[in-house]
Amino acid sequence: MEQRFADVAAEGRPVLVTYFMGGDPDFDTSFSIMRALPKAGADVIELGVPFSDPMADGPAIQLAGQRALRAGQTLAKTLELARRFRAEDQRTPIVLMGYYNPIYIYGVERFLDDAVEAGVDGLIVVDLPPEMDDELCIPALKKGISFIRLATPTTDDRRLPKVLENTSGFVYYVSMTGITGSALPDPLLIAGAVARIKSHTKLPVCVGFGVKTAEHARAIGASADGVVVGTAIVNQIASSLTEEGRVTEATVPGVEALVRGLSAGVRAARLAAAE
Amino acid sequence: MNQPLKPNSFRAGPDEDGRFGIFGGRFVAETLMPLILDLQDEWNKAKNDPVFKAELENLGAHYIGRPSPLYFAERLTAELGGAKIYFKREELNHTGSHKINNCIGQILLAKRMGKTRIIAETGAGQHGVASATVAARFGLPCVVYMGATDVERQAPNVFRMKLLGAEVKPVTAGHGTLKDAMNEALRDWVTNVDNTYYLIGTAAGPHPYPEMVRDFQAVIGQEAKEQLLAAEGRLPDLVVAAVGGGSNAIGIFHPFLDDDGVRIVGVEAGGKGLDGDEHCASITAGSPGVLHGNRTYLLQDGDGQIKEGHSISAGLDYPGIGPEHAWLNDIGRVEYVPIMDHEALEAFQTLTRLEGIIPALEPSHALAEVIKRAPKMGKDEIILMNLSGRGDKDIFTVGKILGMGQ
Repeated sequence: MEQRFADVAAEGRPVLVTYFMGGDPDFDTSFSIMRALPKAGADVIELGVPFSDPMADGPAIQLAGQRALRAGQTLAKTLELARRFRAEDQRTPIVLMGYYNPIYIYGVERFLDDAVEAGVDGLIVVDLPPEMDDELCIPALKKGISFIRLATPTTDDRRLPKVLENTSGFVYYVSMTGITGSALPDPLLIAGAVARIKSHTKLPVCVGFGVKTAEHARAIGASADGVVVGTAIVNQIASSLTEEGRVTEATVPGVEALVRGLSAGVRAARLAAAE
Repeated sequence: MNQPLKPNSFRAGPDEDGRFGIFGGRFVAETLMPLILDLQDEWNKAKNDPVFKAELENLGAHYIGRPSPLYFAERLTAELGGAKIYFKREELNHTGSHKINNCIGQILLAKRMGKTRIIAETGAGQHGVASATVAARFGLPCVVYMGATDVERQAPNVFRMKLLGAEVKPVTAGHGTLKDAMNEALRDWVTNVDNTYYLIGTAAGPHPYPEMVRDFQAVIGQEAKEQLLAAEGRLPDLVVAAVGGGSNAIGIFHPFLDDDGVRIVGVEAGGKGLDGDEHCASITAGSPGVLHGNRTYLLQDGDGQIKEGHSISAGLDYPGIGPEHAWLNDIGRVEYVPIMDHEALEAFQTLTRLEGIIPALEPSHALAEVIKRAPKMGKDEIILMNLSGRGDKDIFTVGKILGMGQ
């Protein structure tokens, strides 16, 4: 992961991090989506692990999780997606993103062993704050898996050091309080927040929650080391499905086209900033 | 109060991280962590503040109507022919259940913290009504999240909340019950962190809620202990309460936990039976997992996905349980048993006809367990049961099931 951030930084542009839900709308399609992402310009892949009760997610990602669960997705199958992808692509970092309970039930040690074996580089677990580091964060770091933490507008200077303490890979700045898929706040506010976090850490700072278009990606990418796009991709998938939630011919190409546009946005980001 | 805690006390938890053994904790998104830490600070200050305590007692006496009576159920006792049965009559509280005890405490905290908006989740609507009531009393706007299924089956309480000025938001996700309402309340909180106080109604969720709600509800057990000592000169042999999230139960159990001779039983909703998925018996038929900010017993599948429970009682229709109950079960201090829908319904009718008290369907579960146990106990033995809510809200549900014309 460090290598990927360094390589992209050398190109003078921010990293494009793309999120999609593993198993949405079905296992095979989501594998096709995963393979399409790097080809369309994604630098890092966040692979969503569905959970029945996603407390921090908006309607779009809730529905994606429900589609995946209905199609029989499990944590084991999500690891299998990573394993298959890794067999073809040894360079694109994979970050699993989800909630703790499926991992806890799978068994932390067994999960970490299987994640290492599947080529997973990092974890984002929404409901494990630093106070709960003994649960998964510390064991993951010992196995060489990054634990990426979310910082939010409520994470003040007093709390930031605690949040950053065991964070590795990158810092995911959630650009507003709220659930995934809400409106994007003012880029100037975000630039200030990114600068504040960077004064506490050498890790790259990626910004997400609310990034929907190439223009957003360009604006955010002007100050951040990376831009995370999730809900827009999930919405793109949802809009391509049949009424019963089945895949159509438009599903994978639709994601490709969206990500290509976002990729062009991040590639223009620093040019815009320099103007 | 001033004596040192016994090293083996059952009442010392949680530890500073909010753990009862392996249960409890603070499993929340980072956005909420600063809020939860602020709440903990404020709670730590308030619980040792004589002004806060005086306010709580004053409102308890004059607004809620405390102490609630301890009632000897003479005809029920005679009918069952065994142990003497006493009810702690929380259903006589203002708003009709024990929920108001916690709501008064938490809204005083919200005021101290300068919060200007209240949100709450509700199942049966008892906590929603109590939240809407205290919000009206203290002049704060209140939004109540309620599963769409529950909005339908608890219509009288929905009407009450609206009359009290609260906004009731039906939640259609999942089965439209308490779990889904709690998810949606958490989403609201994570979005409106600056001004909003989340008034959780049960002894579950991230630390400090389980401890705080328990302490606000422990007045039930403290009063009952004094009242029973005055009436009988001794402690009960058995204490029984219904458990959904478990706030009325922990409230009556906690003051008795270190009294060796007192057996304690929590009654879970067995729904249509434990064989399938149509129940809410988290301890009897679930396993430890992490949901809604705490580790506790949950109904879940092998992939850690939370199941939808079922109970005739909306207030017990939750696939988890407060973390302190999970711990009390594992260390063997409290026994947890299931009661089926039809048993609760029978108990509901028994109490209504024998004592002229219409209980809510939630304590009807506890009552069904009392009806099973009392005849097997001696006439010199005493059962204390928490009659946690009144059944006005349930009469239409019950009437429909019993086929009574309206």
